[in-house]
This record gives sequence, structure tokens and C-alpha cells, in this order.
Amino acid sequence: MILRTGDIGVLVAGAGAVAAFAMSAWGGGAADTVVIRAAGKVVETATLARAQAFAVSGPLGTTRVEIVPGRARVAADPSPRQLCVKQGWLSRAGEAALCLPNQVSVEIRGRDPAYDTLGY
Amino acid sequence: MTPSAIELPVSADDRRIARLAALAIGLTLAEAALPSPIPGIKPGLANIVILLVLLQYGWRAAAWVSALRLLGGGILLGTLFAPGFWLAAAGALTSLTVLALAQHLPARHFGPVSLSVLAAFGHIGGQLALAAGWLLPGPAIDTLLPLFAAAALVFGAVNGIVVARLLAAHPSTMADSE
Repeated sequence: MILRTGDIGVLVAGAGAVAAFAMSAWGGGAADTVVIRAAGKVVETATLARAQAFAVSGPLGTTRVEIVPGRARVAADPSPRQLCVKQGWLSRAGEAALCLPNQVSVEIRGRDPAYDTLGY
Repeated sequence: MTPSAIELPVSADDRRIARLAALAIGLTLAEAALPSPIPGIKPGLANIVILLVLLQYGWRAAAWVSALRLLGGGILLGTLFAPGFWLAAAGALTSLTVLALAQHLPARHFGPVSLSVLAAFGHIGGQLALAAGWLLPGPAIDTLLPLFAAAALVFGAVNGIVVARLLAAHPSTMADSE
């Protein structure tokens, strides 16, 4: 018999160790806060814990930000190239979507920020 | 040519260790020719030989074969005493230490696959510890750790299965291991 009971235990424990290493090295920390800025000023700081939606005005029109538990995205934006909308859902601490023409940014933050400050 | 006055007695054990070390060195050389996506991620085929030696002739013989493989491989690949050699040495040392402890696990439940996986983790652990302390301080090693650990798990399991199959195919040589 090639695999004995203990072998399976060792393999499972090994896979668990690999997963734990991957989480701690690549996980980037859980995000819990959304920071929405317009023209460089923070207009909204919201929790990622529950679903909500915000509408933020910029020079081109209204940017709609959608939050569901654990992630957030720019749902609609008047910018011509729609880059921040196409970026999709943000879920890891430190991720950000920038709608530059409309001067709106959405940033996800964890308990310990990955950066001291970001300049756009 | 005058006959040498010094004659070193060679025991059957010495011959066997030399033969097995030659086999391990051969696998090391063959493996060095394989391309690898990340330096340091290798199947570790020589560990198949070392594990077989451990299970058939005991830990001392395995340590001898491992040390001779390291030296012989270093000489033949031209990496003797280069940084890569020391990384391999740290890996081999840790892996042998792990095997010294793991061989006492009850054989009823823990077969060659367990030993191989544990040794592979020991190998990568020793290598990365030396690399992190000496060659590459900083967060780079942490970022690569999951890749190395995953490779150790996969190659360790595959090598262990190879060892288990070899032992099953030649049960007669199992006699002096259990």
C-alpha cells in the first residue's frame, strides 16, 4: 500500500501549510473600509461590512459607487474611457479605482494600510 | 608504477555507499540539465536514492550518501563552495535532521510518502533560512515561500510515491529495514 493513513495526514497538513504561507504572503490583509474621494477630498468613509451605494458628483457628472459585503466597485461613471468601471470589484486592502476625468477615487483599506499615502 | 604501501580496507558497506552515492550524483547531474521556472525549484530526484538508503540501510548510510552527493555534485557541476552549494548543503542538513526524527514515526501509519514530504519541507526550509539570513535579507523570500512550499509538497509526494513503488517492487531488499 503506497499511501498509509499518516501519509494522508502529512499531505493534508502540508497543503494547509502551503495555503497558510500563501495567505500570509499574498493575502494583503482583509479590507474593512471604503474611502471615497472627490477632487482630492474625502467625501465618504464607509464600512465594507454591509451593502450600500453612494453617488458622488464631479465635474463631468455623477459617479455611482456600489458596496456589497467584502468588496466595492465603481458601478457607473461619466468618464469617456470607463477605466475605473472596467476595473471591477475591489476586495483587497490597498486596491483603488480612479475615475480621473471626474476626479473621483474609491480606495479599499485594511486595518494596517499598505501605504502611508498615495498621490494621484 | 610501484605498488602503494598503504592499503585502505574497504568494507562491503563502503562499496555500497559509494555505489549509491554515484547513483545520487548521476540523478543530480541529470536534474541540473532540466530547465526550471524559478531557481531552486527542482524535483530533487537524488532524494529518492537518499530515502531508499535511509529505509534500507539506516540514517548513517543516508547521511553519507547525502554528503557524498553534495560534494560530488558540486565538483561535477562546478559549483563547489559557491553560494548555491551552501544552500544545497543547508537544505541537505536540515532534511537529514528532519529524517532522523521522522524515521521514528510508526511505520504502520507513516510510509515513504510522509518521510519524503517532510524531508522536502526540511530541504526547502533549510535553504530558505540560509538564503534569508545570508544572501537575500528582506521580504523577497517571504513572497516566494508559498511557491517553494508548494513545490516541496508536490515533488516530495511524487518522490515518496516513487520510493514506495520501488520498495514494493523489490520487497526482498526490505528485509533489513524492518
